[in-house]
Amino acid sequence: MSGQSVAGQTSAALDAFVERAAARSTVLAGTGIPTRRVEAWRYTPLRSITEIVWKEAAPLDAASAKNLLDKIAYPANGHLFIFGNGREVTSLSSLPENVLRTDAEAVDPLEDRFSAVLNGALGRDGLSIRVPKNVDAGLLTLATLHQGSAISTHLRHRIVLEEGASLTLFDANVGEGEYLSNPRFDIILAEGARLRHVKHQSEAENAAHLAIINVEVQGNAEYDSFTLNGGGAVARHEVVTTLAAPHALVHVNGVQVVNGTRLNDLTSMIHHAAPDCNSRQTVKTVLSDTAQGVFQGKILVDRVAQKTDGYQMNQALLLSEKAQINSKPELEIYADDVKCSHGATVGALDDEQLFYLRSRGVPEAEARDILVTAFLTDALELVADEALRELLLKGLFS
Amino acid sequence: MPAVTETREAVEKLAKSSYEWGFETDIEMDIAPKGLNEDTVRLISERKREPAWMLEWRLKAFRSWLEMKEPDWAKLKHPPIDYQDAHYFAQPKKKPGPKSLDEVDPELLRTYAKLGIPLHEQALLAGVEPAEGERLPVAVDAVFDSVSVATTFRKTLEEAGVIFCPISDAIREHPDLVKQYLGSVVPVADNFFAALNSAVFTDGSFVYVPKGVRCPMELSTYFRINARNTGQFERTLIIVEERASVSYLEGCTAPQRDENQLHAAVVELIAMDDASIKYSTVQNWYPGDDEGRGGIYNFVTKRGICRGARSKISWTQVETGSAITWKYPSCVLAGEGSIGEFYSVAVTNNHQQADTGTKMIHLAPNTRSTIIAKTISAGHSDSTYRGLVRMQPKARNARNFTQCDSLLIGDQCGAHTVPYIESRNMTARVEHEATTSKISEDQLFYCRSRGLSQEDAVGLIVNGFCREVLKELPMEFAVEAQKLLQISLEGSVG
Repeated sequence: MSGQSVAGQTSAALDAFVERAAARSTVLAGTGIPTRRVEAWRYTPLRSITEIVWKEAAPLDAASAKNLLDKIAYPANGHLFIFGNGREVTSLSSLPENVLRTDAEAVDPLEDRFSAVLNGALGRDGLSIRVPKNVDAGLLTLATLHQGSAISTHLRHRIVLEEGASLTLFDANVGEGEYLSNPRFDIILAEGARLRHVKHQSEAENAAHLAIINVEVQGNAEYDSFTLNGGGAVARHEVVTTLAAPHALVHVNGVQVVNGTRLNDLTSMIHHAAPDCNSRQTVKTVLSDTAQGVFQGKILVDRVAQKTDGYQMNQALLLSEKAQINSKPELEIYADDVKCSHGATVGALDDEQLFYLRSRGVPEAEARDILVTAFLTDALELVADEALRELLLKGLFS
Repeated sequence: MPAVTETREAVEKLAKSSYEWGFETDIEMDIAPKGLNEDTVRLISERKREPAWMLEWRLKAFRSWLEMKEPDWAKLKHPPIDYQDAHYFAQPKKKPGPKSLDEVDPELLRTYAKLGIPLHEQALLAGVEPAEGERLPVAVDAVFDSVSVATTFRKTLEEAGVIFCPISDAIREHPDLVKQYLGSVVPVADNFFAALNSAVFTDGSFVYVPKGVRCPMELSTYFRINARNTGQFERTLIIVEERASVSYLEGCTAPQRDENQLHAAVVELIAMDDASIKYSTVQNWYPGDDEGRGGIYNFVTKRGICRGARSKISWTQVETGSAITWKYPSCVLAGEGSIGEFYSVAVTNNHQQADTGTKMIHLAPNTRSTIIAKTISAGHSDSTYRGLVRMQPKARNARNFTQCDSLLIGDQCGAHTVPYIESRNMTARVEHEATTSKISEDQLFYCRSRGLSQEDAVGLIVNGFCREVLKELPMEFAVEAQKLLQISLEGSVG
């Protein structure tokens, strides 16, 4: 696939989409949709997105919403909040006690990130909540559902955890048909707050998913995230997180399971803007058929961020001759008293390990399954909540 | 953090000391007028008495260059370069063909002496053969500004069948080889700086090692920028035939300058079946003053192709100089079972900026590559490792191992790692690891408690940090490299 310029594509579809978005975004009007010449989209072509005239969708009724949601495993306990085709499905939605709904607020436009720019141009609706000081709000499942053809949604969520507050968010994404889901989360974690963000991206095979998660983590607060990126024709999970005060802790972990002709992408920027913070990242990708996997993880350490401890590991397992992985782990470091490292490996299943299992009577197919499972389970162990880990495991092997 | 403070002081002191090799030689020059256009290209070609095809080649490159843009993706900042504000040709005026040492400009000989080429150049220029049993010396093709003034050892090499000469001679004397290979690894329009080089290169080395010949000595080019405002556009072409091998050394020092000087070299290496090329560089161009003014801008395209099965190309570099380094020595592994290696130490200080790394392109099965990159940043400098490992669909069972380590000295510098890993073959295996840290207090304490002075301890740790790379250098260079590291970092500690 070549990096074709947007200017070169004059389809009415593209024009219509860009115009619709560009009318409300000067940035988008100026740059259009990024081509592969744009570094951030070097490995993830958005061409398929530009070929469709995305329309606003009609809301989903409760029954269809329920049907869609049942396609994936989600927690039976806790509260459920559902967006169907970009609108709140009120009859099925509730919030935990003590969690307050707030008005949407102005956010950092993140002008250099296309997913945010697009959301900024077309965004509407979303969930804005605040968990008050020292409240443990328990578990909230946020389901983003789509059904239809050539529809796009651009939800804007805002989650604020006040001092010492905590919340576990299960972020479920599923749908049917051909759609573009482009949600944005703005997450602010005050001193000592803790958010566990577990995401299951299981979009339809013709869907596009461009999520952008913007997180500010204050002192002693913790953003512990895990994403199972496993659906969509083109799907990017993009995290921009700032460790803003000492002793903030961030985990941006994930597993990508990519098959068919799909492309899954996990892009993250972990920005250490204060001293004494820790960040941890483990991302594993398994690729089969002619699938493509992308990992772009950057750790940026400011001059003031002394005593930073940053660790990043990304591993890819190629199960087919035609699968492809593109990985770009990046360190940008301006402080001298730091400990930062990253590691990356790419390869196939280990022949010796296969041989070991086969010599003990395990059939080849089963032996392969065992090894792939072991590879992924290793990362899934990082999901602290046991029940959610089980749910993701189910999602993985269903 | 006393250690860090002291090291920083040392670094600051060093910045104030003048550039050790910043002398300038006063020799009569034949300089082309400033500016770059087709006439400049024609003039260079004419002065070099080149055949018509070469002029055409240059003009093609020049025309591509006109349509290209200077790359902006590297993590480098510099004022715009005015390509019209430089001389593109400078040639020392000399009597044709010095027959003996007496005829060589004495000023030139003094320059060699100051350069401290650690060999018997003076005598060798006079034709003195090494005594029986003496270690085989290094052949030096000394490039004085843009023209190779003297080439030593030509005869010994000729007996072995090795061609080692200025590229301008090769264009005239071995046109078939040059025509076949020049631009075959780095095409004229490969990138902005390579196109510029292709249009205006004035000299460089040509090496041809025929089948089955193990080059009897290490080949070396010492070159330096000498005349004010002359860009240095070196072109090196090394061809090693089946089962042959060569080790090539490149090192440079440059005089102190007030204006930025552009340096855009191109190096092409070609290795056939079972051939082996080892290319070592110690780069110490003038880095600029402590405000970062006046250093060399070094934009280099180095690429080797392992065409033959089981061939091997190994790049080793120690980069301590230049205000700006933009350099990615690469290997295209096209022959089955071929091997690419990249060993690098990059030291930046004051306001130096380095964006350097490598590309390993695995095209064939069972190819292997190793990348060891060590980066040391001090002062206000920024240093970036930028590398690409690509496994193409046919690269069955290919292997890569990459290790990038950065050491930060002082809190005003930056160290960055930007590796790209692309794999399209499931049986290929890529491993990458990178670390960034400062000199460990524990290591310092350990050394100090055993009676080492602070500066020795820092020196020892830095040398240890770079050991994996330094041990790859030929002996002559290893000594020089260690000295350079000391000068660059801990030379005046305490």
